[in-house]
Amino acid sequence: MTTKTALGLQLAALAVVIVGIALVPGYVQIFTVMQLTLFASMAVLALSLAFIWGFGGILSFGQTAFFGLGAYAYAVTAVNFQDSTPAIVMAVLVPSLFAAMLGYFTFYGRISDVYFGVITLTVTLILFNVANSTSGQEYHIGRAQLGGFNGMPAVPTFNMPFNPSAPLYPEQGWYVTAGALVAVYCMLRAILAGRFGRVVVAVKENEIRASLLGYDPRLIKLLAFTIGGGIAGLAGALYVNWGAFVSPNVFSLSLSAQIIIWVTVGGLGTLLGPVIGAVLIEYIISSIGSQQVVNANLVLGAVLLIFVLLLPKGLVPTLRHLALEVLHRFRKPAAPEAAPPAAAQPLGSK
Amino acid sequence: MTDAIPLIETENLTMRFGGVVANDDITFRLREMELRCLIGPNGAGKSTFFKSLTGQQIPTSGSIKFRGQSIAGKLPHQIARMGIGIKTQVPNVFNGLSVREHFWLAARRKSMPKELQRTVDEILELTRLTDAAESIVGTLSHGQRQWVEIGTVLAAKPELILLDEPAAGMTDEETYRTAQIIHDINRTRAIVVVEHDMEFIRQIAKTVTVFHRGRVLMEDSVDAVLADPRVRDIYLGKKVAA
Repeated sequence: MTTKTALGLQLAALAVVIVGIALVPGYVQIFTVMQLTLFASMAVLALSLAFIWGFGGILSFGQTAFFGLGAYAYAVTAVNFQDSTPAIVMAVLVPSLFAAMLGYFTFYGRISDVYFGVITLTVTLILFNVANSTSGQEYHIGRAQLGGFNGMPAVPTFNMPFNPSAPLYPEQGWYVTAGALVAVYCMLRAILAGRFGRVVVAVKENEIRASLLGYDPRLIKLLAFTIGGGIAGLAGALYVNWGAFVSPNVFSLSLSAQIIIWVTVGGLGTLLGPVIGAVLIEYIISSIGSQQVVNANLVLGAVLLIFVLLLPKGLVPTLRHLALEVLHRFRKPAAPEAAPPAAAQPLGSK
Repeated sequence: MTDAIPLIETENLTMRFGGVVANDDITFRLREMELRCLIGPNGAGKSTFFKSLTGQQIPTSGSIKFRGQSIAGKLPHQIARMGIGIKTQVPNVFNGLSVREHFWLAARRKSMPKELQRTVDEILELTRLTDAAESIVGTLSHGQRQWVEIGTVLAAKPELILLDEPAAGMTDEETYRTAQIIHDINRTRAIVVVEHDMEFIRQIAKTVTVFHRGRVLMEDSVDAVLADPRVRDIYLGKKVAA
């Protein structure tokens, strides 16, 4: 009964979100649509870390490695084929394989959490430097010039599947990006509700206990990490589609740090939290960027400090807790058959 | 010696940590469906022995055979899949998961999807945790967490069950219940129990193996062991004399 109600509420929330996405272009300026598209692609990136860190217990300091690889894989394939269909596939495939390889050596090599953080950070730095030093004419993959620190301009944006002659309008790009965000969110929800997801969380909770029950923690972590890499790669493709441009900055350390801030501010251990965290912080940064009074990094640092000190659990868990408290207080004097407790869990979406 | 293959058999098992010899030349045999108690003072090497049996550490030398198959050097999850389950000394549970999820995760490997739900419900009943099924284990009391771990081990239906101090932190009534459950399970499975509580040992044991300073001091019936002056000297003294 209660689980059914919760599921119903979540589906209702999902429907509201989908209708909202469909209505956005009709109500706002094209500039805002573009900005929301960027936020949605960042939110997909946030989900990748939300999953592996919040549920898999794997803190990757280099989620941008997969994001950047996805972005470059998309750009290179799109330039060569002049079609976004195979490019999107490559943008998911290449980072997944890279994550699988990196994960294999680290998890099966029994590298501890701290060193795992250092390694992911270093890999990001290496990729950043590699991408930066490809400015000569000789650095090309097929017809795609990598362009070094100048990046690759005029990357073909999304087109209708298998139909390069029909590029998507910005509004359609918004539908695709926001749709991808909803799809990734639902996919992760489904994974976490299923068998594999429960084992992932179990391994995060207690690796020794999981292995004493016959689960191989190395394999479970590797699979979770690979899924996270694929999602980050997809985010990279969405990002390139937004700007029709890719540069080594997709591997930048500041972006790496930002992803961790999104997840921390939104709430570690939730999926909705990091999405909200990403949108909120990106919105703050872009608003600050348009004036010259305060430095954006200063504000970002202040926001992080405030959250770590005052709301260490993050936005969504804190609000959920508050909502439960309020509901509890209201229900106490009322009749016991008031509302089912499931209504207290806003698990769906905003 | 019997001619049947023992369920678990260690030969000259030695575990060294630097200069410390935690297990020294241990030869240990357990028949199918046998119930054995391990006793010995703190630091005698009982938990170390369990860690070698479950692959949590690789012995320095010696062999471990499970039904004639060598398991030394295998990883914990591989040994667990062969059918050895352990409740560790310090409660080893998933603090963020519910009781039901614990039993579900444990039972999932061996139980068919159809009987999975039934197994989980049975274990909930057995450990008297039905009312706490949806509780997050991190919020439960120490005694209840002990039950969660015991239930988790049982739900996995292992062939050999290792229990490291199952009655620690339990009330007398719960200890008695644990003894009942151990007898119950022993009808179909072999169990090795490490305990300090002599009342508990008397309730469950037939054969007792005494560990002392990493070696096997003696192995005999419970009465013979508890009457042995050496055992009294090293460990039991006051408790049994009283």
